[in-house]
Amino acid sequence: MSTPFLSVRDLTVDFHTEDGVVHAVDGLSFDVEKGTTLGIVGESGSGKSVTNLAVLGLHNPETAKISGEIRLDGEELIGAPRSTMERLRGNKVAMIFQDPLTSLSPYHTIGRQIGEVFRRHTGASRAASRDRAIEMLTRVGIPQPKVRVDDYPHQFSGGMRQRAMIAMALVCDPDLLIADEPTTALDVTVQAQILDLLRDLQEQTGTAIIMITHDLGVVSGTAHEVLVMYAGRAVERGTVREVLGEPRHPYTWGLLASMPRLSAPVDVPLLPVRGTPPSLINVPPGCPFHPRCDYTDLAGPELCRGERPELSPHRGHGDACYLTLAQKQEITR
Amino acid sequence: MKETGPAETGTGSAAGRAAEPLLELSGLEKHFPVMGGFVFRRQVGRVHAVDGIDLTVHAGQTLGLVGESGCGKSTTGRLVARLLEPTAGAIRYGGRDIAHASRRELKPIRSEIQMIFQDPYSSLNPRHTVGGIVRGPMEVNGIDPPGGRDRRVRELLEIVGLNPEHYNRFPHEFSGGQRQRIGVARALALNPKLIVADEPVSALDVSIQAQVVNLLQELQRELGIAFLFIAHDLAVVRHFSQRVAVMYLGKIVEVADRDSLYRRPRHPYTHALLSAVPEVETDPAVESRERIRLAGDVPSPIDPPSGCRFRTRCWKAQDKCAAEEPPLVRLAGNREGHLTACHFPEAPTVHGEDVVLDPALA
Amino acid sequence: MLRFLTRRALGAVVTLVVISAVTFFLFFAVPADPARLACGKVCPPELLEQARHNLGLDQPLFAQFTAWLAGIFVGRDYGGLGHCPAPCLGYSFVNKAPVFETILDRLPVTVSLTVGAALVFLLFGVATGIIAALNQGRPLDKIASVSSLIGFSLQIYFVGTLALYFLVYQNQILTRPQYRPFTEDPLAWAAGLALPWVVLSIIFTANYTRMTRSTMVEQLGEDYVRTARAKGMKGRSVVMRFALRGTLTTVITIFGVDLGALIGGAIITETTFGLQGLGRLSINAVTDSDLPVLMATVLVAAGAIIVFNIIVDALYAFIDPRVRLS
Repeated sequence: MSTPFLSVRDLTVDFHTEDGVVHAVDGLSFDVEKGTTLGIVGESGSGKSVTNLAVLGLHNPETAKISGEIRLDGEELIGAPRSTMERLRGNKVAMIFQDPLTSLSPYHTIGRQIGEVFRRHTGASRAASRDRAIEMLTRVGIPQPKVRVDDYPHQFSGGMRQRAMIAMALVCDPDLLIADEPTTALDVTVQAQILDLLRDLQEQTGTAIIMITHDLGVVSGTAHEVLVMYAGRAVERGTVREVLGEPRHPYTWGLLASMPRLSAPVDVPLLPVRGTPPSLINVPPGCPFHPRCDYTDLAGPELCRGERPELSPHRGHGDACYLTLAQKQEITR
Repeated sequence: MKETGPAETGTGSAAGRAAEPLLELSGLEKHFPVMGGFVFRRQVGRVHAVDGIDLTVHAGQTLGLVGESGCGKSTTGRLVARLLEPTAGAIRYGGRDIAHASRRELKPIRSEIQMIFQDPYSSLNPRHTVGGIVRGPMEVNGIDPPGGRDRRVRELLEIVGLNPEHYNRFPHEFSGGQRQRIGVARALALNPKLIVADEPVSALDVSIQAQVVNLLQELQRELGIAFLFIAHDLAVVRHFSQRVAVMYLGKIVEVADRDSLYRRPRHPYTHALLSAVPEVETDPAVESRERIRLAGDVPSPIDPPSGCRFRTRCWKAQDKCAAEEPPLVRLAGNREGHLTACHFPEAPTVHGEDVVLDPALA
Repeated sequence: MLRFLTRRALGAVVTLVVISAVTFFLFFAVPADPARLACGKVCPPELLEQARHNLGLDQPLFAQFTAWLAGIFVGRDYGGLGHCPAPCLGYSFVNKAPVFETILDRLPVTVSLTVGAALVFLLFGVATGIIAALNQGRPLDKIASVSSLIGFSLQIYFVGTLALYFLVYQNQILTRPQYRPFTEDPLAWAAGLALPWVVLSIIFTANYTRMTRSTMVEQLGEDYVRTARAKGMKGRSVVMRFALRGTLTTVITIFGVDLGALIGGAIITETTFGLQGLGRLSINAVTDSDLPVLMATVLVAAGAIIVFNIIVDALYAFIDPRVRLS
């Protein structure tokens, strides 16, 4: 087997704060292959965004302690010099953020903001960068790109701004695109447009995508592989069909059962996960989910509270839980 | 009043329903002035936030109000709670029009209509204890429940699933979901008959969201509270509402009983909204879910399109749509109480088909 | 932009008329008799009556105000007491000269003082603030914070007096503060004002350091600054092109608000260093009950603040396209 395009091994990110050490990401491993989309699902504080900011090296080195391995196309990124990271960002790895209004500079035109990425990484002239910006705006479906290229972000609508963000991210044909909740701030009809756009662009360019979201529906429609995160750790990993169709971890069950669905019968009550997510300063020992889990008695309370469960099996559809496969199948039936 | 349709009037007089509705909005309008101009500031336009809507909420029931940002659903909520005064139209609550009621006239009604807000972080005063926050409405309205206010506060905290011992804690010591529970307890303090819930769960994580939805459902069952449930999430609204209204640019485009609306949307916009919701699809057989993709964004409510406001994004639009505003009426083939405002409605039954309407993506 | 400026200019005129009316009527409530001043130390009642008539003080209050307003455009004659050509802001019997002449004479001193000090504190304050923000939490940041805190607690007359004593009289490092017109000898102009500039700008520098630092820290945490870094922009260009832009809008806004304080500071500075500027003029006018001069200085100060605020707003629109295009 060839080495994956992005390979994260045992990634740990700690933040030193006044209240103590925040264990934002703890021993996380995953791979992303070219041309595929990995959906990272989790609630706030699960560490999904922190992980991806670490891939881009965007954490403040003075407050964040990062260890483990992040290999992009064979190149180690943790501890890489700043100039290397600056060369990679926007070029080989690009990122789009949740809120396109605050994520675009209010002081510069859309065309300038797209063009400058191209200029920075290819050394193209101003005029060539502008042409490239117009080309990108056309590709992401902005009407009248030659006029709109000179507009400022506040003159764009929400959906158009996110399109412009995508144009900016893709201007250098990156091999990896990290989309951090790209549609959360958008209306549902616009969200559908943007997700379609990302899918089409991936087909055209073969970019690998990491789609960070809290919405299992978004994952279902866009991702090939899924990683479910809880309290800074991966609790389940597999293909979309595996994880959403035959979920194995109690937390994934909880997420699916607490989500109202249009396709489900309407009188089926929502089954929320009880309690609240743990503080990342004081993560419960063993399985971090055990205080909220309904199956600790079945799996063995000592096990759940003792050692931390690892994702198993090692490849394919894996989950970090002490329940046996038979028990899980019994429960989900 | 507006034009009466062939089958039924716009006001949701769904015949056969319980006698008098708790809340009845008719021809409700709210316009906000847009200021501008040379030398002197003057009004140069109006935001048609809510532009003539008719709705009814029955006691003990939930009316869901869905729509995209800027459709006027939150403004409607604020009008009902009379945090805003309408530009025109009537808000009949318990048979009385409170649209222009004075502060004094509103006082007895204020305790009966309460509000829950979206952001549990900014809607609670960070310098007050939980006890103080929940007791607040009783103090303002001079209400002394039997057994004293403190006891009532503890009772309320228990009802919403918080530890009554946490009476003296401050909002920042609670998680988002717990804060929303505090907001619910505050709303319950005066035994309201109607709660206007404006996106009460949108800011919460999925697992917490379900907790709060279940709590609200329980409260409705046990205390018989009516809800005006405002949300953009169609799945949540479906879960919590007996009747659902869809709003677009200040107008109601479709209103119906839940099943009727979700199973047989007749308005193209409702249909498009439903098909845009990303669903967890694990059954390989249902691989190709029907897709309708609307082009562009919602137009500005300062200068809404003539005729049918949805026509600029609608794939069925014809000349008639620009010339004539479609009335909100019961269409042939629809159940009672299912009202649609469209000249060219969707077929009563819907088949899965792949319609891509965004020219940019074609 | 032209529409904007026209609108603001019209607004400014209205504001000035209102301000002059308010000061005019306010000063008439003051128990000082201009006629007595005009008449001189020994003044028999009939002469006083004559002076009163010449000054128009026997007219109704409103007529006096319109006469005063009209004087600005066409000039005025005070009977035999003196002539005041347009623009006439009144005639000072203390100085025995039209007020406008005195103002013109003193204005360059105050303008040199305030503009120079503003340049000093804007450059120093903003630069230190940026350096502190970029070194957040490190020793440089702490030094900047502590020294700005100290600077902020200092008072002009205190620092001014100490500086005069140690830097000028004891050690002769700086020349004695004095005003030489820039057109005569730019070097002497700068040398004579160096000390007042520094002293007047100390408090402001401290303030702008703190403000720039906090705004810059905020800006560096903005989403679009993060985007700029995620695009691979180099560290320096992220700071200069993205974060600084937002910081400057705040600095400019605050600068507009601070103008009043700057003029107040100029009054104290001029008094401390014995510079014959408008501030000193107004203080003297108060002690001498020289109402016309006092009114004129208030009007000039108000006018300056209004004009600068228009400039600040225009700059703001220049920097922020959201303002420009709305």
